[in-house]
Amino acid sequence: MFASPNAVIIAMTEADQATHDNHAPFLAHHFDSPRQQFAAGKLGMWLFLLTEILLFGGLFCAYSVYRANHPEMFQDGHLFLDRYLGAVNTCVLIFSSLTMALAVSAAQTDRRRLLVGSLIVTLLCGVGFMGVKFVEYKAKWDHGLVPGQERIAWFVALGWLRKDSPAPERGYQPDADYVRKHLAEHGEEVDDAEATRRAAGLFPFFGCYFGMTALHGLHVLAGMGAITWVLVRSIKGHFGPLYFGPVDFVGLYWHLVDLIWIYLFPLLYLIH
Amino acid sequence: MSEVAVESPRSAENYLTARRGVMSWLFTLDHKRIGVMYLASILAFFLLGGVFALMVRTELIAPGRTIMGRDMYNHMFTLHGAVMVFLFIIPGIPAALGNFVLPIMLGAKDVAFPRLNLASLYMFWGGAVFFVVVLITGGLETGWTFYTPYSTTTGQSSVVAAVVGAFILGFSSIFTAVNFIATVHTMRPAAMGWFKMPLFVWALYATAIIQLLATPVLGITLLLLALERLFGIGFFDPSLNGDPVLFQHFFWFYSHPAVYIMILPGMGITSEIISVFSRKHIFGYRFIAYSSIAIALFGFLVWGHHMFVSGQTRLASMIFSALTFSVSIPSAIKVFNWLSTLYKGSISLETPMCYGLMFIFLFGIGGLTGLFLGSLSTDVHLTDTYFIVAHFHYTMMGSTAIAFIAGIHYWWPKITGKMYSDAWGKFTALLLFVGFNHTFFPQFVSGSRGMPRRYYDYEKLLPAHPDFHGGHWLSSLGSYLVAAAFIMMAGYLLVSIVAGRPAPRNPYGGAGLEWQTSSPPPVENFTTPPVVGDPYDYSKLRFDPRSNDYVRVA
Repeated sequence: MFASPNAVIIAMTEADQATHDNHAPFLAHHFDSPRQQFAAGKLGMWLFLLTEILLFGGLFCAYSVYRANHPEMFQDGHLFLDRYLGAVNTCVLIFSSLTMALAVSAAQTDRRRLLVGSLIVTLLCGVGFMGVKFVEYKAKWDHGLVPGQERIAWFVALGWLRKDSPAPERGYQPDADYVRKHLAEHGEEVDDAEATRRAAGLFPFFGCYFGMTALHGLHVLAGMGAITWVLVRSIKGHFGPLYFGPVDFVGLYWHLVDLIWIYLFPLLYLIH
Repeated sequence: MSEVAVESPRSAENYLTARRGVMSWLFTLDHKRIGVMYLASILAFFLLGGVFALMVRTELIAPGRTIMGRDMYNHMFTLHGAVMVFLFIIPGIPAALGNFVLPIMLGAKDVAFPRLNLASLYMFWGGAVFFVVVLITGGLETGWTFYTPYSTTTGQSSVVAAVVGAFILGFSSIFTAVNFIATVHTMRPAAMGWFKMPLFVWALYATAIIQLLATPVLGITLLLLALERLFGIGFFDPSLNGDPVLFQHFFWFYSHPAVYIMILPGMGITSEIISVFSRKHIFGYRFIAYSSIAIALFGFLVWGHHMFVSGQTRLASMIFSALTFSVSIPSAIKVFNWLSTLYKGSISLETPMCYGLMFIFLFGIGGLTGLFLGSLSTDVHLTDTYFIVAHFHYTMMGSTAIAFIAGIHYWWPKITGKMYSDAWGKFTALLLFVGFNHTFFPQFVSGSRGMPRRYYDYEKLLPAHPDFHGGHWLSSLGSYLVAAAFIMMAGYLLVSIVAGRPAPRNPYGGAGLEWQTSSPPPVENFTTPPVVGDPYDYSKLRFDPRSNDYVRVA
């Protein structure tokens, strides 16, 4: 099903000889051959992915520090996440990585219907993932669990442009009553004072949760944009054995986004 | 095999004249034009940062209030630091000179991703716009390091705009780095192996590794800082269980490697210039090349030396101190190799060489005073004094900025196609050298005697330390000499564009590929494929007095 990399390179090498006389389509003027262009693009993409890992690396590092400092707060915090929704999203993303890999293979072997179909399925998986994420975020917002929620609401409502609406105080306090009830659902009865204390302690966990998943969500959206771009170009028939770089590179990016989620899911949802 | 006679380089269209109009510049994908636009923008910000510096120095020339109030002073030194670091030194050499010469040095038509290159320029401008917004909407008074919790709570300044600007500039820097690494890996001619690359390319490659690995961490840190300030999400706020020292760790994890982003390209330029103007093969090519990579890697392990007094454990401080000394090894390797290159060389003191030698001298002082700061016991005494101000100005301005100027003079004929006045150049170099030491050497003395940095006034310190006034007075006076030198430099360089004698192909006798094409180069860089050889072999180049050019003889 997957084209052997060697076969692809041989095809590109043969094309190299032809390109000196006959300029290949989509070969940029400053490259000598499609193979050089592909090699440069692939290296560039890997370098970019490296920067993405380091971008998330800061948050993973902060997660480690806060979890090491406050293990009990992370234990509390994860009770407020729905691990079934998280698991569903994990499956959706892993499946989308499969269809993305299929798309790359289809582009290399010039099977346009498979290419377009796989890209559409991948895109729909992205939509599904973001839909589930929206449901989860909505619930957190309704329960007042988003750090800085009052100021975010004030900011989004353009309160900072109006003279009559002063900024809400900085600070973060989820509803203690909700926290008490939620802990009770998980079999732990606490009094009001304890619930207030535990509510205040939810901050580091939800700071990490929203920091990491929001950044990841933005990356999913960016990936969906990129997939849409290669989908349009696939429908136009731009890709084939000599020129499939963009599909390959978007695929790499999508796999990275998938991979980061595979780490996020256990770190945030499956704490013991 | 005289190549000059084959075609007249000045009759052909070059990259400056091939297309005309503002749009042909704004939408160009040509790395040379992008480099020139970077150069002009970066020098404009250098001027801006320089004006802030002169304001600071003028305020400090006498005790008491001189020309501005306290808050204004805080804005001035913060903006001086932020503009100089983010808009001048970090992008300086790679984005301006690197963009111009790197592909030509590799015999390539362009960088690997020309659109990304243009995007990085637009992001640079975009980030710069945010700094202009900062200037208009309230300034910045946190110090360029944005330490929490001050940066999240102080009322007056436009921290968010500055942070967003720095975030965007970071991505501009990353784009350049991706481009350079991919270009070096995939665009070299077949005959140019890794160890036939010019050392400037090695330096840019090592710089790009740091930009790539460190900048994203700054990105996420600044993002969190902006969210912290806007919404109070509490990452760095201790009252919300956050950790302000974590901010310092994150910040210096980028910003320490960033000092090597600043210095490495300068070292690369020095390697080129020292060899060319000694007419002697560079000594220890491989050591210089590897030491760039070594600096890039060691540079990631020493950020804690900015935090010796910030509450990290004593063990961590000891480890960071030891690692800090390890960075001095590859730096010293470079200096000794440059000195060995000079030894018994046929040295010609043209303007670029004056700056090249100045670099070695000032970097020597800047580097050796770093040892005092890397040692724990002396650092505790010297922390936040003028000693550290002098130290990092010797490395950032005395080394990086001087190397940048050396590079501008060295490649000016290639970039503009015009020769500047060498006599004016040398005189300015001398003035700059005197002015620079006049400004910063007294700061070592005041600092070691306890003058704290960032102070608006020192009147109350004078009874115990009467010498502080003399130090500040000397320092401020020197800064005016530096300003005069830069005004003169701007003068003769601008005059050369209008009235300079046309530059030959190879005015300084360099052996790199960039000297095999016309000055200025054609759009596609080379009309005939360049001959790849040893970039430091001068034995085949002879000066031709009729054309003032170095020509290749068989």
